[in-house]
Amino acid sequence: MLLDVGSLAVMGVTLGAVLGTAAKLLAVPNNPLEEELQALLPGSQCGQCGFVGCAQYAAALAKGDTPVTLCAPGGKATIEVLAKRLGVSADTDGHEEQAPQHAHIKEDLCIGCLRCVQECSTDAIVGANKQLHTIIVDQCHGCAKCFKVCPTEAIEMCTVPVTLSAWHWGKPRADQAHH
Amino acid sequence: MRLFPVRGGIHPDYRKERTSESAIVALPLPAALYIPLQQHIGAASEAVVAVGDVVKKGQIVARSGGVVSAASHAPTSGRVAAVTDFTAPHPSGLPQPTIVIEPDGRDEWAADLPPGIDDPFAADPKAIRDRVAASGIVGMGGAAFPSAVKLNLGTQHKLETLLINGAECEPYLTCDDRLMREFAAEVVDGARVMAHALGAPRVVVGIETNKPQAIEAMTRAAAAFPDVTVVGVPVQYPMGSERHLTQAITGRETPARKLTADLGVVVHNVATARAVHHAVRFGRPLVRRVVTVSGGAIARPANVEAPLGTLVSELVAFCGGFSQPPRRVVNGGPMMGQPLPSLEVPVVKGMSGILALTLDETDEKPSQPCIRCGSCVTICPCGLVPVEMAAFIRHDNLDGAAKSGVMDCVSCGSCSYICPSHIPLVHFFNYAKGALNAKDRERRHLDQIKALAESHALRVEKQAAAKKAAAAAAAAARAQAAAAPLTDDDKANA
Repeated sequence: MLLDVGSLAVMGVTLGAVLGTAAKLLAVPNNPLEEELQALLPGSQCGQCGFVGCAQYAAALAKGDTPVTLCAPGGKATIEVLAKRLGVSADTDGHEEQAPQHAHIKEDLCIGCLRCVQECSTDAIVGANKQLHTIIVDQCHGCAKCFKVCPTEAIEMCTVPVTLSAWHWGKPRADQAHH
Repeated sequence: MRLFPVRGGIHPDYRKERTSESAIVALPLPAALYIPLQQHIGAASEAVVAVGDVVKKGQIVARSGGVVSAASHAPTSGRVAAVTDFTAPHPSGLPQPTIVIEPDGRDEWAADLPPGIDDPFAADPKAIRDRVAASGIVGMGGAAFPSAVKLNLGTQHKLETLLINGAECEPYLTCDDRLMREFAAEVVDGARVMAHALGAPRVVVGIETNKPQAIEAMTRAAAAFPDVTVVGVPVQYPMGSERHLTQAITGRETPARKLTADLGVVVHNVATARAVHHAVRFGRPLVRRVVTVSGGAIARPANVEAPLGTLVSELVAFCGGFSQPPRRVVNGGPMMGQPLPSLEVPVVKGMSGILALTLDETDEKPSQPCIRCGSCVTICPCGLVPVEMAAFIRHDNLDGAAKSGVMDCVSCGSCSYICPSHIPLVHFFNYAKGALNAKDRERRHLDQIKALAESHALRVEKQAAAKKAAAAAAAAARAQAAAAPLTDDDKANA
């Protein structure tokens, strides 16, 4: 009995030591590119790219097996910085340019269940139990997570309207612009 | 006074004689006035009146909506008929919140207007700036930047000169010319008050030499004041750009992305100076402005002093309507002005001209391939290379265009004017500047979202940890309670 306990204990200690040192010596460092890419993503973990969250999308990007155009809330700006960092051409032709969106709560349908408030990763929804909820449009980036959890379909996604200060001239048409 | 050369520029056909000899006439009160909440650069103002309110002339109807913003006042007495969306005098034709006032015809000033400041030169500069801010004055040369913010520059910069811009280099426009001829004393007084607010020891008024009567009138009005100099500057478009006027007067070029204030110069328009005179001396806010209504399609071109919020269609009707269908109606001058979406838009604080141009007065020739003549490079008053920037933009390389300095382009339009191949160069630059600014805004919004997401994640983590700790503490307390020996009370009870 004592012998059994003793030998097992010795084996445990030795094997533990071997594994411990191996883990230190043979450690695979975290891919720094992954972290860098993750920093470029919005970080709201909305999952619209098809990955679980921003970290997973960043990992896939670092491996190079996914296009840079998947981040919907990030928009064109994110596509461009990702493409620049990865040295790939941002092929936005196939990517359908989606106008920036924000969520909107239909006041007559909201039952004040707080589910959207819990889901929002940018604290853009204000509300309390059994009270009408509302969206702070400036803080919303259109990830649509709240849209998916609302039990009464009180949330709709709207296109951010073009304001006077945001409007600008379009590119001159090709037939006006020889060089 | 010694003047310095300015590079580039063009000499378009000025066509100012159509309105330069017609004295400013006041427009009769129109049936309704439309006061947009965004008439200036910066944050929109906020309406402080509601439908049905009775307002007096000069009463505030919208207060300043931020640090860089401006208030608006009722241009006449009447009733607020609506606060609603109305087409903006902007090429996009987008609607914007607008206060609609129905005049009662009495045109009565409000009784509670602030009193005039008797001796503004003894007053605290801050009191003058506050008065200018409360009067809703913005740059009336066209840019519509809130003047009070610009008068604050003296607190951060050491200023030597207040430059009063009477260059009026845009063809057709004569509203500043007439203002200087007819109200020279008011302009000079407003300018001196502004110089006091800025702490600038001297005032220089720059007027292009194609306005000899204006130079004469202003020189006479300024004769009594040794600190005010009136200078005739060469006729060379775009002399009225504040950077170029500063260069002509001081010989120094404003560095990229800096202000003329970094050179010790602040530039204000002559109409702004007159508005400051009215605000400071009489407590009257900005409620009217002079607009040049001209162009080949206008029956009787004129300089009209109109209440802010008058519909452009009423201005045109006052000038006899159209003698022929206009090809294009432009807000501002023909070089930098922007097309109007319709005539049913209001006159705003920064509107210096309404031009109804005929086909002969517009250039709509199809563009041809670039022949590399280099004219655009020679005439660019900012020292840029328009042909190269346009090539970058045509290939969607906005970063390349930004590196070649597209953000330093002042959109004067000289390159488009001179181009023998009719390439819409300045259209390319306006597009690129807008797109780069939009990208910048998107980037900033994303940074804000990221910060919010991070603080949210941190808070959720903290809450989870706190919950865990509380649960552990509760469990420990329960365990302790179970293990604790019976107290004396318990024993007694037993």
